[in-house]
Amino acid sequence: MTTSLHPDTLPSHPEPAPAAPLPRLLLTSFLAAGLFTLVCGLGYPLLTTAVAGALLPQQAAGSLISQNGKVVGSAVLGQNFTAPQYLHGRPSMTNKTDGSGPEPYNAENSGASNWGATNAKLRDAVQERIAAFRKENGLTENAPVPVDAVTASASGLDPDVSLATALLQVNRIAQARGIQPADVEKVIRAHLTGRQLGVLGEERVNVLAVNLSLDGQ
Amino acid sequence: MSASILQFVLLLAIMTALVIPVGNWLYGVFAGQRHTAPERLTYRLLGVDPAHGMNWKVYGLAIVASNLAMLLLAYLLIRLQGVLPWNPAGLAAQSPDLAWNTVVSFMTNTNWQAYSGEQSLSYFSQMAVITTFMFTSAATGFAGAAAFMRGLAGKSGANLGNFWVDITRLIYRVLLPVCFALALVFVWQGMPQTLNAYATATTLEGATQKIALGPVASLESIKHIGTNGGGFFSMNAAHPFENPTPLTNALHILSMLLIPSALTYAFGRLLGNLKQGWVIFGGMLVMFLGFLATVYSFEQAGNPILSKLGAEQTMTATHAGGNMEGKEVRFGIAQTALFATTTTAATTGSVDSMHDSYTGMGGFVPMLQMMLNNVFGGKGVGFINFVQYLILSVFIAGLMVGRTPEFLGKKIEAREVKLVMLAVLAHPLSILGFTALAAVTPGALASLNNPGAHGFSEILYAYTSGTANNGSAFAGLGANTPFYNLTIGLAMLFGRYLTLLPMLAVAGMLAAKRRTPANSGTLPTDTPLFGALTVGIILIVGALTFLPALTLGPIADHLQMVQGVVVK
Repeated sequence: MTTSLHPDTLPSHPEPAPAAPLPRLLLTSFLAAGLFTLVCGLGYPLLTTAVAGALLPQQAAGSLISQNGKVVGSAVLGQNFTAPQYLHGRPSMTNKTDGSGPEPYNAENSGASNWGATNAKLRDAVQERIAAFRKENGLTENAPVPVDAVTASASGLDPDVSLATALLQVNRIAQARGIQPADVEKVIRAHLTGRQLGVLGEERVNVLAVNLSLDGQ
Repeated sequence: MSASILQFVLLLAIMTALVIPVGNWLYGVFAGQRHTAPERLTYRLLGVDPAHGMNWKVYGLAIVASNLAMLLLAYLLIRLQGVLPWNPAGLAAQSPDLAWNTVVSFMTNTNWQAYSGEQSLSYFSQMAVITTFMFTSAATGFAGAAAFMRGLAGKSGANLGNFWVDITRLIYRVLLPVCFALALVFVWQGMPQTLNAYATATTLEGATQKIALGPVASLESIKHIGTNGGGFFSMNAAHPFENPTPLTNALHILSMLLIPSALTYAFGRLLGNLKQGWVIFGGMLVMFLGFLATVYSFEQAGNPILSKLGAEQTMTATHAGGNMEGKEVRFGIAQTALFATTTTAATTGSVDSMHDSYTGMGGFVPMLQMMLNNVFGGKGVGFINFVQYLILSVFIAGLMVGRTPEFLGKKIEAREVKLVMLAVLAHPLSILGFTALAAVTPGALASLNNPGAHGFSEILYAYTSGTANNGSAFAGLGANTPFYNLTIGLAMLFGRYLTLLPMLAVAGMLAAKRRTPANSGTLPTDTPLFGALTVGIILIVGALTFLPALTLGPIADHLQMVQGVVVK
């Protein structure tokens, strides 16, 4: 007796087909594993790679930014800035690729602290970062510091800081470059990205974009 | 605050608006008569007759056999990574225990990752093993849900459909086209999709930055449409290459909810009772909103220990504030809270923030959602779990009023209740049993990244995530040890098959029963009252089972935090 697959069209109590013998079922299973590996695991990603590469070559290759023929970074990844004339990003907890020690903003080995809220290591690290941020930017002893400036990001590659964190660094950058603070602030505000489509996410400043712009002036 | 709420309302409204069209589409996939040309070709290659139906035993056996075949093939490919192509970084194969954990993890749609993607898997493995599994394991779960629904709908007797037809159609008609389109949107927003070797940049300060790349977008789209959750990179959807903008974050969230929420409507149609579908949807949504509000408020309130030091966590005009350790500026607290609630509701397990660094109560919610494991739920399993609680509610309500319980016109008897209870109990047994084992195993405790109550939370979270087939982690836990690879691997298997198979059996048994017409003594299950009763039972059963363990972990953690107690 043949049965149709679909509930809607079936009589109330049809007999389903008898089970396929086990070797037959296993053969089908292995054929399916192979076939879907070809279709979903090779066909689909390779087709996507080809189409994306043709339509959106810049993004598909990692949004790399080149200056004078040399890659200086990716537009969507953060990188480590410590010199006084540059805007600094958030603390990063990434390690060296071989795991032998810290290397902030290692884009080959994303990572985070994974410290819990009550972990003494978190408190000590934040305390240290607050003191360093105040000192480096000439803030007073008790000046509040925006939380994003003193906590490590999830990826260790956060490309952005909040506007508050960026603006607190204006004087230091201006002094190091020998230019007016107002000019630095203008650059920062020019790179302020609003909420996407007016609602999504938060306002932010891309650190690398600001620094490229400052160097270009 | 108002901007945050606006984002929540907007995304949940889009999700709800998509329920009907996507539900109709899924209904067509589950119940349609026509086979397309590529599908017919596939059936011919596999040697299956698409007209043959299967009863629950044959269907269940097909699931197990196909999963086993994929497991073996994937294990082989991962262990041979060193000699296979597209390995520009020259990464060596994973060790046997790690490879076992990886393939079980992806086969069961858990996507627990004891490895770091950019350090451990070649482009070939990311595509041929990980991406493939994301399709097949998601399709397997959704197919299981379809068979389950057909059984409950009971219009086809013992025939629950044909497994091979179900997965082929799901992959060809739903997953592949949606994922391809979505991947291109993702690339447009800044996600890489390339086979080029890792790039090397010279920063403005003269340092060298090596940049890991790869075919990321094609993996990311199926990762969320299939509620898989395993990341291309170690830091998952927090990594800017996996999630470059708030728009991609929003699309990730909507992708995770797309099919699980629409399944409720497809079910209503298969049943011929749309109200029943909406009652399930409503019950899930109510729990979701409660959990979202909890995560958001605790994370936005921040960590008082850091406030005392001078870190400003209150939202101002120029920064969003909140507990930002382990979070990204572009998402802020609102999108992060919505992502965390969604990923643990939809059993996805991807993360766009580090759950390990949440406040005690912020971390409580993801854990509790995985323990309940039925708030939307992923790849069909959440739906099955919710129905499991519907049956339990019918049974308990029947006991209260002294009537034989009925569900969808079928009598619920001892055999079905026993199987439901097996599924209900297997879940906590695996979570709490393995947690207890790890808590008294000295070698296992050496893997902790945090002291005190939070350290216990790390273990509890790991086994909850594994059993719930979620895959997210309190990632500080150094889980790549033989002990954790083995035990979490077992937890993933128990969680997957000890839910799916008993419930498939229940569906098969109900399908074979005669339908009893509703009478004045029948408790209707398609009313808001019954939905509320079910939610109550879910929360009571969940609380009774897990509250003691949660008290030792996240709740103790929270109480310490508000007291300003720091743990060394």
